[in-house]
Amino acid sequence: MTRRRLVLSVNGGDHEVWVLPSDTLLDVLHDELGLADVRYGCGEGVCGTCTVLLDGEPVNGCLILAVQAAGRPVTTLRGLMGPGEALHPLQECFLRRGAAQCGFCTPGMVLTALDLVRRRGRPGRDEIRYALVGNLCRCTGYTKILDAVEEYAGRAAADARDEAPS
Amino acid sequence: MVAPAFEYVAAGSYDEAVRLLADGGDEAKVLAGGQSLMPMLNLRLARPELLIDINAADDREPSVTGGVLALPALTRHRVLLEHDLVRRHCPLLAAAVAHVGNVRVRNRGTVGGSLAHADPTSEIGCCALATGAQVIARGPGGERTVPASELFVSYWTTALAEPEIITDVLIPARRPRQGWSFQEMVRRTSDFAIVAVAAVVELDERADTITAARVALAGVADRVVLAGPELLTGLIGGTLAGGTLPGGTLAGGGPAGGSGEDAAAAAAARIAAGLEPADDVHASGKYRRRLVRVLTARALREACARAAGAAP
Repeated sequence: MTRRRLVLSVNGGDHEVWVLPSDTLLDVLHDELGLADVRYGCGEGVCGTCTVLLDGEPVNGCLILAVQAAGRPVTTLRGLMGPGEALHPLQECFLRRGAAQCGFCTPGMVLTALDLVRRRGRPGRDEIRYALVGNLCRCTGYTKILDAVEEYAGRAAADARDEAPS
Repeated sequence: MVAPAFEYVAAGSYDEAVRLLADGGDEAKVLAGGQSLMPMLNLRLARPELLIDINAADDREPSVTGGVLALPALTRHRVLLEHDLVRRHCPLLAAAVAHVGNVRVRNRGTVGGSLAHADPTSEIGCCALATGAQVIARGPGGERTVPASELFVSYWTTALAEPEIITDVLIPARRPRQGWSFQEMVRRTSDFAIVAVAAVVELDERADTITAARVALAGVADRVVLAGPELLTGLIGGTLAGGTLPGGTLAGGGPAGGSGEDAAAAAAARIAAGLEPADDVHASGKYRRRLVRVLTARALREACARAAGAAP
């Protein structure tokens, strides 16, 4: 199998990589670009630890080929953070609520929850639960994760209200 | 696990994909959303030498013409769930897709890919049968139409020839006084269905007599199955009062019919009696058959209520 050169656009920067056609986006982000916030969990699209945003939508990094992502914007958890690794407000909520223990699932949780809040504004608890059903956490028992997302959605909605022209 | 190495080519059109597929023979596989194929590669359950990516082959949107909802095969599950035309003209499918995978799977998975994969627990396959859908398949000799009722052959096996690709899924749009219901049992939301049932019921112009009923089931055999029309004859001609089936007023109660049971329960019992679901790690065959009875009766009742306008 021949390696191909392609340019991945990750977290706002372009990266030239040489990949096998069979390399998944997860393989390349984690192993080639050293992004430890994209993680191998199950390889079946069930656990959510390899979640990245492709064209702004959550996808399974383990179920999409790197060649399929060429030239399209990819966002990992790090792409949400500000300069100097400043935490995203949703990460702050996770910290404040104790929603991360070992942290393995956290990037996928945060990206999926952020997509939900962007699309749905202020989702109810059942809606948050449904959106996160594909992100497994073996530590927290989920309650604190739901609390964190709920808090963030409430704050984001309040911010949007404050910023809206009256 | 890591997928075995394979070559990859992105087809710019269905004709190109069909050519590549014909040249590639047994060693080539079509890649659509990849949410079933890629796990099979990662688990090394499949070892193709070439993947033919059709994601760039088509960019059409769902449309409705002449009473038919036309879904391009690459329509993603999320679009099925949210698209206004799908929600209006095939609310059954929109409701069923909420049970498919998780948000990431729904962002990538496609309606044509799901049907071609032919999983026996497929919610989408179940809806295709219940609605009387057809697929358009393109091969080296051109296009042909295959009814969903002839598409599914066995576990992950369809009636499509090797170099054929599904390009469109055609679903009869919901007609007036047609009711639907989708029922599914899983242990955890987003799991593969243990049993799923899709039901469609139609009423006459007075909206009180059943003129047609179709029931499709997933998780009960080597493929999704449509209940034989003879199993539903007891239901046809039955009258509703306030959107409900009266208990014991319809003939042909079947083995579990009789007093205290409505025609939905009787039909459900007949359908369950004709199935021999297998035991597996998720559920015993006996439990599955029990679920068929319970879920089919619920589905028929809800479909009747919707057809009569007595349920949202």
